[in-house]
Amino acid sequence: MELSLFAQIGFALLSAFIMFVYGLLLMSSMARIRARVQGRIGIPLWQPFIDIIKNNAKRTSISHGVMFYLGPVFRLAGGLGTLMFIPMIFGSRYWGNFSFSGDALLVMYFIFFGQLGMALGAGDGGHPYSAIGISRGLAQMTAFEVPFALSVIALAAQHGTLSITELVAAQQNGVLSWNVFANPAATIAAIIAFLGMSMHNPFSVVIAPQEIPIGPPTEYQASFLGMLQTNRAIFNAAKLVLYVNLFFGGATTFVGLVIKTFLLYFINVFVGVAFPRFRTDQSIRFFLGIPALLGLIGIAIAAIVGGAS
Amino acid sequence: MSTSEPRPVAETDREGVIEAMNRIELPELDRKYFCDERPKVVEPYKGIVEKFLNWARSQSLWILGFGTGCGAIELRPLMTARYDMYRYGIQPRPTPRQSSVFIIGGYASVKTMKRIVRSYEQMQNPKFVMGLGSCTVNGGMYWDSYNTINRLDHYIPVDVYVAGCMPRPESLLAGFMKLKQLIRDGKAEGANEYARNFDWYKENQKRIIKDWNMPDYNW
Amino acid sequence: MSDATNTMDRILEDLTDRFRAGSATRQRDDLAFVTVPQNDAVAAVTHLKEFWEFRHLVYFTAVDIIERGLFRLCYMLHSYTHNLDVCLQTEIMRDGATMQSIHHLWAAAAVYQRELKEMFGIDFPGCPRVDESFALEGWTEMPPMRRDFDTRAYSEATYYPREGREKHDRKEIMKKALYPEVDL
Repeated sequence: MELSLFAQIGFALLSAFIMFVYGLLLMSSMARIRARVQGRIGIPLWQPFIDIIKNNAKRTSISHGVMFYLGPVFRLAGGLGTLMFIPMIFGSRYWGNFSFSGDALLVMYFIFFGQLGMALGAGDGGHPYSAIGISRGLAQMTAFEVPFALSVIALAAQHGTLSITELVAAQQNGVLSWNVFANPAATIAAIIAFLGMSMHNPFSVVIAPQEIPIGPPTEYQASFLGMLQTNRAIFNAAKLVLYVNLFFGGATTFVGLVIKTFLLYFINVFVGVAFPRFRTDQSIRFFLGIPALLGLIGIAIAAIVGGAS
Repeated sequence: MSTSEPRPVAETDREGVIEAMNRIELPELDRKYFCDERPKVVEPYKGIVEKFLNWARSQSLWILGFGTGCGAIELRPLMTARYDMYRYGIQPRPTPRQSSVFIIGGYASVKTMKRIVRSYEQMQNPKFVMGLGSCTVNGGMYWDSYNTINRLDHYIPVDVYVAGCMPRPESLLAGFMKLKQLIRDGKAEGANEYARNFDWYKENQKRIIKDWNMPDYNW
Repeated sequence: MSDATNTMDRILEDLTDRFRAGSATRQRDDLAFVTVPQNDAVAAVTHLKEFWEFRHLVYFTAVDIIERGLFRLCYMLHSYTHNLDVCLQTEIMRDGATMQSIHHLWAAAAVYQRELKEMFGIDFPGCPRVDESFALEGWTEMPPMRRDFDTRAYSEATYYPREGREKHDRKEIMKKALYPEVDL
């Protein structure tokens, strides 16, 4: 029995809330694990929640105009939009979110749209060096979109569909049918792009606090910053679930989803703690080199192996 | 074009030069970026809502990453493994817009005081100031210097003083615990106090900062 | 006698011959303080730099001798080839103090001269940027390193001193400890 549209929207928003809580817990538990590796104790697990409450409870806030106000709104719209079209639990009536035939491209658009809106908002920020942070962020984003887009195209060519739900359905024939084994080159290219997307080291020059313009969030404070932090959690969780769905066979239970996303986040953390920061031109040159090549090899594999078109 | 360079002074012309410095007008080009608003008092909520919000504020103290003096060297051991301040919810942030605690570490010369005032006024209500070291209390070992201030709380409102020269990280953590207690009791209302006594603070600041080329309130 | 002492002797003798230098103080084998008159100072520094290869200006500072109404300027020079230090000193009048600039020999000397202008009030006509402030912003009083500038009085007048502070003068303490029977 199909759910009514209102019920579908309600469950989609509920899944967004679950992803928000899960994203915050994931960030704090990873910070705590990193701290233990460094010999410290680390932040409490509930610290990001308190940070968001504190930011929203600031009594004054400064706005620099309409675009400044809309920047975080765009970003949150990008984050929520990404989440709405990725099935959280495959095959579930309640947590399957929305799907239609082209939603892989729509999700990629939403990922880009958030950053673009942030750039427009931060440009109105009254900070003289915001432009540097924005140009760095957009340049790096354009660079890592190349291997990511190539690998999505490879998957689409291999399975003949652009709908994420159907891509997950094609991976349900046991572990060996996961895309990580069906098209390893595309998976590796996409995971390298994932490192760029999450802006950990070595690609963290955009938002690292030690950089002079800490990127777009420089002038944002109080409830604006609260909104940006909320989006950070949702966006992180959404990207992880997207990757699990595209390459690791999706998840049919909540427990499976938690395990897979946790392990996938570890790749980020392992690379992040081992590397220093690349400059923007170095990271652009990197992404347009080997990862793009791997993406092209992935398309070649898709053409040879798949070809369901 | 900046009007902040002092002209060379011949001793006999001191009064004339002081008068000339007080007459410095802000250049017209910069005037349109200056806002002439005064800070406003924002009353806290009452009852259990404010108690909960104060608890949240005390659990998440973001300090401004501006090492104003020699006290900054004591902040580094705090961040590393031995005295780990992150487990108390204290994080450094690079911009005054996002931080809520300003640690004035050590002596504040007149030059630094101008920048301290500018950064402090850019922080958002509610904000807290911790004075580190004896120089903020009574001038410390630079008490008779012609260039350092003696009492920090005549220029910006201070919540907690941590005495020492320099206090060890354990003393700093004790100071942070005291600050958290003050915030939870609702006694750390430095921003509102600044807005209420704005004229007095501004007069004290202008008495020592002679080349004032910024707005009266740097929102 | 070592090589250093030999060379130092020759340098000091040369300075005495050419520039009317006074008697030198030999603090160590490789460190000497020699005084020349004001009009010969820059020429002596140039000669030391070009001929005797004292190419490093270590510092350029001033001492306020208020009892005699003089500033003593000290040019500390170091030679890497001979491994020697020579401090060339010259005394100038305290009122209306001016001195010829040496920024044409070392560009960094301009910064030292700016500091001397701000802290002591010694003018160096022709030096680039000598009128800009060095470390103090908006300073309108007497140059603060002069000994007749009472820094404690200025601090008590300008910055609010906190009561309960006392000064322990070491001279008074030692006087009481060593000569308790003398009533001063």
